[in-house]
Amino acid sequence: MELREHRLDNGLTVRAECNPDAHFMAMGFFVRTGARDESPELNGVSHFLEHMVFKGTPHRSAEQVNLELDRMGSNSNAQTGEESTIYYAGVLPEFQTRLTELLSDLMRPSLRDDDFNTERQVIIEEIMMYLDQPPYGGQEVVMQRYFGDHPLGQSVLGTEQTISAMTPDQMREYFRLRYNPTNMAVAVAGNVDFDRLIDDLNRCCGEWKPAASDRTLFPASTQSGLEVLPRPQSTQSYILQLAPAPDALDPQRYAASTAVGILGDEGSSRLFWEFLDTGLAESAGMSRYAFLDNGTVATSMSCRPELTRDNLVRLRELQLRATLDGFTPEEFELAKRRIETAIALSSERTASRMFMYGNQWLRGEPMRTVAEIAHCYDALTLDEVNAVRTQLDFSRSFTLIVGPHAEGEFDDLVDSLNVASS
Amino acid sequence: MDNLSRIHQLPNGMVVVAEPMPWLESVAFNFAVRAGGRFDPPDRLGLANFVCEMVQRGAGSMNSRDFLERLEHLGVDYGSSVTNDHAHFYGALCADKLAEAISVYADVLRRPRLPADQLEDARRVCFQEIAGLEDDLASQVMNALYLLYFGDPDGRDVHGTMESVGRITAEDIAQFFSQYYRPDELILAVAGNVDWDSLIATVEHLFGDWAPVKAPEPEVHPGPHGKVHIPFESQQTHIALAFPSFRMSDPLYYHASAQVGILSAGMSSRLFYEVREKRGLCYSVHASLQVSLADACVACYSGTTTERAQETLDVIMRVLSELAQGTDADELERLKVQVRSSIVMSQESCRGRANGLITDYFYLGRVRSLDEINQGFAALTVDSMNQFLAQHPPGPFDLATLGAQPLELQHDGITRTST
Repeated sequence: MELREHRLDNGLTVRAECNPDAHFMAMGFFVRTGARDESPELNGVSHFLEHMVFKGTPHRSAEQVNLELDRMGSNSNAQTGEESTIYYAGVLPEFQTRLTELLSDLMRPSLRDDDFNTERQVIIEEIMMYLDQPPYGGQEVVMQRYFGDHPLGQSVLGTEQTISAMTPDQMREYFRLRYNPTNMAVAVAGNVDFDRLIDDLNRCCGEWKPAASDRTLFPASTQSGLEVLPRPQSTQSYILQLAPAPDALDPQRYAASTAVGILGDEGSSRLFWEFLDTGLAESAGMSRYAFLDNGTVATSMSCRPELTRDNLVRLRELQLRATLDGFTPEEFELAKRRIETAIALSSERTASRMFMYGNQWLRGEPMRTVAEIAHCYDALTLDEVNAVRTQLDFSRSFTLIVGPHAEGEFDDLVDSLNVASS
Repeated sequence: MDNLSRIHQLPNGMVVVAEPMPWLESVAFNFAVRAGGRFDPPDRLGLANFVCEMVQRGAGSMNSRDFLERLEHLGVDYGSSVTNDHAHFYGALCADKLAEAISVYADVLRRPRLPADQLEDARRVCFQEIAGLEDDLASQVMNALYLLYFGDPDGRDVHGTMESVGRITAEDIAQFFSQYYRPDELILAVAGNVDWDSLIATVEHLFGDWAPVKAPEPEVHPGPHGKVHIPFESQQTHIALAFPSFRMSDPLYYHASAQVGILSAGMSSRLFYEVREKRGLCYSVHASLQVSLADACVACYSGTTTERAQETLDVIMRVLSELAQGTDADELERLKVQVRSSIVMSQESCRGRANGLITDYFYLGRVRSLDEINQGFAALTVDSMNQFLAQHPPGPFDLATLGAQPLELQHDGITRTST
């Protein structure tokens, strides 16, 4: 297994983990663009563009793109977030060059008017689909409330209004600004011939012109508070909460992830024993949701509506107790063990290692192996994890409750939810 | 690829099926106890799910906290689920701790404490799941379809209702446990970095003295078939459609799988292309083969805004009726490459393979090697496929919808009438 890194003359970064014994390979194009890079009237353009990338290029119709992906038997998809857009596929190694050619070509899409208008309907259907699914658009609302005017408050999907009003020309201009080679990387893992990969990429992407893609990073002045989004036809109540935590590049990020794991990962965390073992909630979890300039700890819960009030109080008590008292050696060791298990199991998949290398590039980090990351967790001490707990600042949280509730129903809890711990 | 899997049956009936994947460092196990939702008494729906929750609340010398902490110390990524046929208890971990993990589950399956003081907590967990399901519109419409097609209990969802779960007593739980948690129909599948001889020794030691119990089979009612509509104020109308297909044991199974692949495998598949890509009618549209021991169907799903729902269903029906006109070499070849690719990819996942071992053993009474599965598809020819497609046009249809208004099934009047 060998790590390789290369930069094309136009600035396109290539990162690879080459394993000649593997029977599979995965490749992804990682673009540093997402909802935070959109102007408000173009909200949703990154995700809409991600769909349009599959609608053809000067060399291929949309149908040909789909046929070629399937002829390689590829397991392909794409995803858009606040800070990134990622296109990826897994194939048998015999298809390496064909996949490189196809994905490279897709990164220079035609963005034809007809396709734009058809796909616009699919995007609106996707928005409608999520509005029918828990938490009924609550994720977008809580991000917007918490981040306020900061670009991280913009939704990934956009709204029916912004998508309906968008024009192909606006998308083409956004594409021109964002999809330039200095703002993109290729990550691969598995049985990859690296020299051939570089030759192929030079041939396919070498002509792309470098340009400057701006992104302003700055800490948000986040909002705290509590709000109800009434949804009378919903059976359950959905609680979504964001609070400040170390960001994606913070030196304390491993300690923060471990602390969040103790509190609310999928194993025997404090949230599990408080809410799931007891049946007070259908689901309850906490995770780090970390961006380049802002980190958050996201708590989510679904429960019977009649338990919502009590659960909000219990949640706050659990968070206060953690902030005041810290963690025990036993739960610290168990949480570390859970993280170690998750890393070991997921790293057996070629595609997840490809994602790991691509995501490291997105964050501007050097390439690091699974073993190096596992070591960062293994080397943590309880003191370091206890030290980071006050930076999970639940006293400055924004809480959204979606469900069969009235506006203002929980307003009397605002002060106690946001009380400072010291 | 040789057939590397091995099967061993204990005298009490328990079956161990294992496949070594020595290139992995991990190993996955899956216990399938024949104690699924189909065995719930009609007035105690949700009982199997409730029992699965209770057996994990302490067993042998462990209380419920010891149980989870033990697993986590061993580095097990664990879980459980209840299906129509089985209660599953599964996990994946580093290979060297497999025997200890299996011994934890020997306590869970044989010596659960079923603690009375946790009955109400567990009941609340079941209530929460039922309430959560009510908000999952796509699952609701599929559950309605399965009941229509497979009948009861074959098409039954395992969660039950608030009323039925509310009636369940500690005695119900103890009785269900003693009737159905038994070695006779228990399958343990293990895939990954595993040593066969030490696995068998471990299992013999932990389960060999477990006495078999004869358990009653439920009374089976065939599906009522036809149409059902669930009125709901939602953004989208959710459409679920079923037509008969072939079981895994049928000689035509690979043809039937390929028929579903033509409809739904990949971005060039017909449903995705015609409904989403060409017309932009929906975000989500797919078809899959659904099986019970006795029957099989192809189930199609799409969700789309109400004013476009009828057109979406009409296009789906047109795609289905055009299947009879056949396939071509390129379409069939795309499918074969996808199968080959997914088989290679599945060799990275011991969990996926352990599930595959359970499925094969339960439905076929044996395990197909990945090579055999690949060959099953590779052997399909355009001629044999065209013959299958001409002789087995989709239908008759069952239709379940959920949304603001019901839909019309436009298909030459071959909707199944209620029986």
